[in-house]
Formats: sequence, structure tokens, C-alpha cells
Amino acid sequence: MTRIGRIRLIVVVAAIAALELACRVGWINPHVLIPPSEMATSLVSLLMSGQINWDIVRTLGVVTLATGLSVVFGFAVGLAIHALPRVREALDPFFATYYAVPIFIFYPVMVAIFGLSPWPVVLIGVATAIVAMIIATLNGLDRVPRVLTKVARVHRMGTLATTLKLKLPAAAPYLFTGVKLSVSYAFVSVIAAEFILSPAGLGRDIADAYANFDNRRMYALMLFLLAIATVVNSALHAWDIRWAKRRGIAPT
Amino acid sequence: MSETPAANAVHASLSGVTRVYPATAGHQPVQALGPIHFDLKRGEFFAVVGPSGCGKSTLLEVIAGLQRPTEGTVNFEGRPVSGEVPDGVGVVFQEDASFPWLTVYDNTAFGLRQSGMPAAEVRRRVEDALAFMGLKDFARAYPAQLSGGMRQRVCIARTLVLQPHLILLDEPFGSLDAQTRLLMGDEVLRLWRRTGATVLLITHALDEAAMLSDRIGVMSARPGRFMEIIETGWPRERDSTIVSEAAFGEITARLWENLRAESLKSLGLSDMAAE
Amino acid sequence: MNGTRASAIVGMTRRVTDTLIIVAAVLLIWQGLAEWVGTTALAGPSPTLAYFVHFVPSKRFAINALSTAITFGWALLIAYGLGLAIGIWMGAHRLSGAVGEPILVTFYSLPKITLYPVILLIFGLSLAGKVTFGAIHGILPVALLTMAAIRNIPPVYLKSARTLHLSPWQTIIRVLLPATLPEVVAGLRIGFTVTLLGVLLAEMFASEHGLGFLIINSMALLQTKEMISVAVVLFIFAAVANALLLWMEHHMHRRV
Repeated sequence: MTRIGRIRLIVVVAAIAALELACRVGWINPHVLIPPSEMATSLVSLLMSGQINWDIVRTLGVVTLATGLSVVFGFAVGLAIHALPRVREALDPFFATYYAVPIFIFYPVMVAIFGLSPWPVVLIGVATAIVAMIIATLNGLDRVPRVLTKVARVHRMGTLATTLKLKLPAAAPYLFTGVKLSVSYAFVSVIAAEFILSPAGLGRDIADAYANFDNRRMYALMLFLLAIATVVNSALHAWDIRWAKRRGIAPT
Repeated sequence: MSETPAANAVHASLSGVTRVYPATAGHQPVQALGPIHFDLKRGEFFAVVGPSGCGKSTLLEVIAGLQRPTEGTVNFEGRPVSGEVPDGVGVVFQEDASFPWLTVYDNTAFGLRQSGMPAAEVRRRVEDALAFMGLKDFARAYPAQLSGGMRQRVCIARTLVLQPHLILLDEPFGSLDAQTRLLMGDEVLRLWRRTGATVLLITHALDEAAMLSDRIGVMSARPGRFMEIIETGWPRERDSTIVSEAAFGEITARLWENLRAESLKSLGLSDMAAE
Repeated sequence: MNGTRASAIVGMTRRVTDTLIIVAAVLLIWQGLAEWVGTTALAGPSPTLAYFVHFVPSKRFAINALSTAITFGWALLIAYGLGLAIGIWMGAHRLSGAVGEPILVTFYSLPKITLYPVILLIFGLSLAGKVTFGAIHGILPVALLTMAAIRNIPPVYLKSARTLHLSPWQTIIRVLLPATLPEVVAGLRIGFTVTLLGVLLAEMFASEHGLGFLIINSMALLQTKEMISVAVVLFIFAAVANALLLWMEHHMHRRV
């Protein structure tokens, strides 16, 4: 581990230790925050009890589905738009403003239309993530060096072969960034949707635990969600950086 | 050959100067420069050539006061230089140092305005410098609208208005194409004659050094030391047309003779030197 | 000369017509969707527009809009203030920046809604809670982009400042500030968007006033016309503010 990595580890551990100490000594009201060690033990017993297994499956399933749909369709749409410059120009202001507006506020509208089922949650996840994938696809295809298409013509490669063998590999790091963002956005919007308005799921669990003054359960679930989010995002980020470095591109 | 008054007076001197970059995590300390013993004569045009990584830029920054030497002393106009850029020294860097948020005019006036000079004097000097550097028509333009060569001219103009006694140029034309470089060389010579300043030019281009300078210091591979100092004997009134003189070819050949082995060394290809 | 002017006009008309076509398509899809699911679930474009025109100037809307505006204003102030401070410190102090950046980046991608109950436990159902929740969203992009802006200052600018004999204060005001401004404004722009979202989320979950509350409330009453009206107002507000900040950013970048 590098020196900076060591320092960072020490800082994080020290912060958690300080929190633990503050809770144990009574500086922090136990009704507000429970010690991190208790959060962990509470989580372990919750997981072992199997109570939240179905919710885990549901939440992670919804996130995976939303991400999958966003990546696949986002890529397809991006590919199509890239081939139609006039459509792209017309949609440009739409893409530019998409993430400037709080799209999430349409979630209740979706619930009104589709009822309290997993589908509005999937939909809002897709709605949030798909445009990131489209933009990343367009960006990646833009950055295919023009000289590669000339090489393709020298080798008399057809359109499909050029796309599959040259353009896609060239655009791959940027496409991966799109995947990384899609996962992150889908996760955030799904959890938010479950929290605010949903019949089931880990987000709903946390909201319920809060309403029932069940701090142990609430913090256990929070720890679980934050841990998963951190692990998944960090893994994707590390992969993203490695990919970019191999290609000599500046990672985002 | 015309002489400037007190042409042999020493303007700046370095004595036993070395520069060692201290050890960082995972790296040993690196001696980038030295030891250097060297006197820069007042009013002369001195070029420094050497293989990449030999410490040429470090040498310039030590003379400018931008870096402190690890050992030895640097003197400028009789006073020691340490940690601060002395009055009377102007520096033009390799990278584009023009400020993109200011016009050409404001860029040139920048240093003068910060020093609190009266506006009338600022205007006089700036207009003079812009006219001299051929930038009068671009006074209201922004650097982003100009070519690389013109941006470097803005940087030179910004230095010129300070009326420096010593002008340090760190590979200022490195990013320009060959023809533009030769023309910029002529500009620098005009600058030199007009201001009567001492000029120290760092360059990797042997023809540029041979064409422009009174003396050329040839540096070894890292840690850079002066292997030889060559006198060119050119007249003061010279320009890029001297490339056609026989002496030019001889000087360039002599430079390469000195440098070839050192360059191979710095590239890690010392075996080829034996061929 | 005439040729380029003519083609510019043709280009612009084409863009306008293309945009109108897209808007028309959206409205058609909306109408189709409304007919498919039934107007109790989703009202069509024209009844929504009628409601919009009647509702937005009303007192009830104004009260809630003001509540959101106050919450958002405070949250933005804190997000910008703390974000800039943290960003400047981490940008200038190499070690802190290197250690802290991955931590901030991790926080940035976390679903912060999971932390909202903690904030509620600390602050209760109050303005302070909503402001804090909104602010924690905005601090991160402001800090990260300010830090990047400072780190990306070309070293040659600092060297030039020394050769021009600038005092440290002059260096900061006359060189560092203008050099970092475009990237900092980009951070402020993103911070604006996410802080607004944070405030709205807080209002949707636990509030009795505000535009977020209106949306959830009207959902309970199956009033999609009101939901969409509020959403449209928020969209216009966010889009205009974003365009303004983007214009500022480009106005600075044009010279860079």
C-alpha cells in the first residue's frame, strides 16, 4: 500500500474509532446514533436471521434490472443517434439539460400510473441511468480516432466489421465509464424511490425502521446499503481507472 | 565587431553550484545539476545546449532565483541570488505563460500594473513593446485566438516592458515549427541588440545555438556540467542568414561532436557510442 | 458572404423545426399514455395545461414555492461556502487532497437518502434538517471540482508570477482566481442541481410545506395534473439556472 493509502486508512479508522468512543462515552445521544460496532453486530444478526433476504433480492434485483436495461438500450440508442447527425443535433439540448433537472420528481407520477409495484422503481432507475449511458456512448464513438476508419477502408472492412472490430474496442473505456455511471445512478434513484414511496425493498425497510424508532435495525440496514454501494462503486472505479491507464486516456 | 561598454564585466556568476532533488517516497535523491562554475559576461548572448534531462532548465531556474542551489552560490550584479527573482531579471518559459483571461495588451501590462507604475508610463512601455514585437494589431485579441508563436511573443513583450538587464529564455521556441523558430531567432537577436541586455538561451536546437550566440556552453548528461564553452566570434549585427557561412557548419559540427556521446548516454544507448 | 448567411438561417430554422417535432412527439406520446392508462391515473396534456395556468399563480402554490426557495437558498449557501473552503484547502494542500479525494468521490456516489433518517434524528422535522440534507449533496461536487481546478493550474503561471515580482496576495487574486474560475463555476453548476434535488427529496419524505411535499401530497390524491405542473415549474427553474451558469462557464472558457 502506498504511503497515501496508509494515511487514508488511518484517517478512516480514526474517524470510526472516534465515533465509537463518542457514542460509548455518552457524548452522542444513543437515540440519535448507535456505536459503529453495534451497527455491525446488528447487521450480522439481521442477515443471519434471514428477515431481510427477500428485500435484498428485491432491491438488488431492481437495481440490476434497471442498470441492465439502461446499459443495453442506452448503448443501442447512442449507437443509433451517432449514426444520425441531424437527430443528434436536435436532441443535443435535451441531453445537455437532462441532468440539470430533478428527473426523480417524476417518480410519483409513475407510481400514479403503474401503482405500487416494482415497475415504477425500475422505470425511475432506467430514466435516471439511461441518458448517462447514451451520452457516454456518443462520447466514446466520437473519440474513435478518425485514422482508424481510414485503416478500415484500407483493409476493405464492411460497416459491421468496422463497428465490431474497430469502433467498439476503441470506444470501450468510455462505454465502461457509462456503465459505471449507470450503476451508480440506478442505485441512488432506486434506493430513493424505495425510501420515499414503495411497498417493499431495503429503502422502504429503512424508512419503516425510522418510523418505528427501531434504531438498531435502521442503522444495520444503512450500513449494509452503504457498504454495498461503496464496494460496487469502488470496484467499478478501480476497473475504470485501470482500463483508462492501459489506453493512456485521462480517467474521469 | 562592435563592443558594448565593459563587455567583459561579469554580470552573473555561478560558483560550485549543484542542485540535488531530495529523496521522495520510493525514489533516491537525484543530482540534477552541477557542479557548475561559470561567469556570464555583461551584454553577451550565451546559449546552453545539452542532452534531454541534463539540467538545462534547472540551471536557468537557479540563475533566476526560482530554485535554490543545494551547494554553491549564485551572484547577479554583485549580489547573491537566493529564493527570490532579483530585480532586473526577466524570464521567458518553455510553456505558454500568457494569461488566457487577459488581452494581449493587458497581458503585457500585467507586471507593470502590479508594481504600481503610473498609467502613462505603463501605456508608453506597453505600446513600445507591442510595436517592437509586431503585436500592435493584436492588442485587443485574447491569447486563445493567437498562434503558439504569437503567444510566445506576448510572453516576451511582457518581459520586455520590465526593461530587464538579464533575459533568460528556457527553450521558448520548442513547440514551434522549424521555419518559425528561425524567424523567432531573428526577433531575439533584434531584442538583444535593442535592449543591450545579457541573454541566456536554453535550447536543444544546435543550429539555433550556433546561429544566435556569442558563446555556447555544452552540457554533459545528468548531472549536467559544462564540458566545453565554444566561442563563435560572430559580429553583433547578425541574423539567420549566417546559416550559409562556413563557420556555421563548423560550429554545429563541433557541438554535435561533443554532444553525440552525451545524448546517447542520456537515452541509455551508450553502447552505440562505441560504433 | 450571402451564402454563409443563408445557410446559417436554414440551419437555425431546421433546428427550431426539429425541436418542435420532438416536442410534438412527446405530447403525442403523453396523450397516448393518458388514454391507455385512463385519465384518473394520468391526465392528458391539455387538461394539465389548463390546470397549470390556473394553479401556478395561486396562493397555495406560492406559499409552497417560497418554502422551497428559502430551504434551497440556505442549503446552496452552505454547500457553496463549505464546498469552496474544502476544495481550496484540498487543492492547495497536496497531501490532504491526495488522501481526501477518494473519500469524497466515494461519498459522492453513495445514496445519501440513506443518511436522511440520521439527519432527521438530529434535527427533527425542521428547516435545519432539510437544509442540511440539501447541503450535503452540493458540497461534494463543489469541493471536488474546486480542488481539481486548483491542482490544474499550470505551474508556469506561478513561476511567471514570481518573475513578475507579484506579492502572494496579488498572485492569488490576479492569477490563481482567474485561472481557476471556469472549472469552479462548473462545480457550482453541478452543486446547484444536486442541492435542489436533495431539498426536494427531503420535502418529499418528511415535510409539510414545499414543492416536494406538494408532489407527494397530490400523488396521494391522484392529482397527476398538479404533480406534473409542479414538476414543469421545477424543470424550467433548473434548466434556466443551469443555462445561466453554463453561459458563465463558457464565457470564461472562451478565452481559455
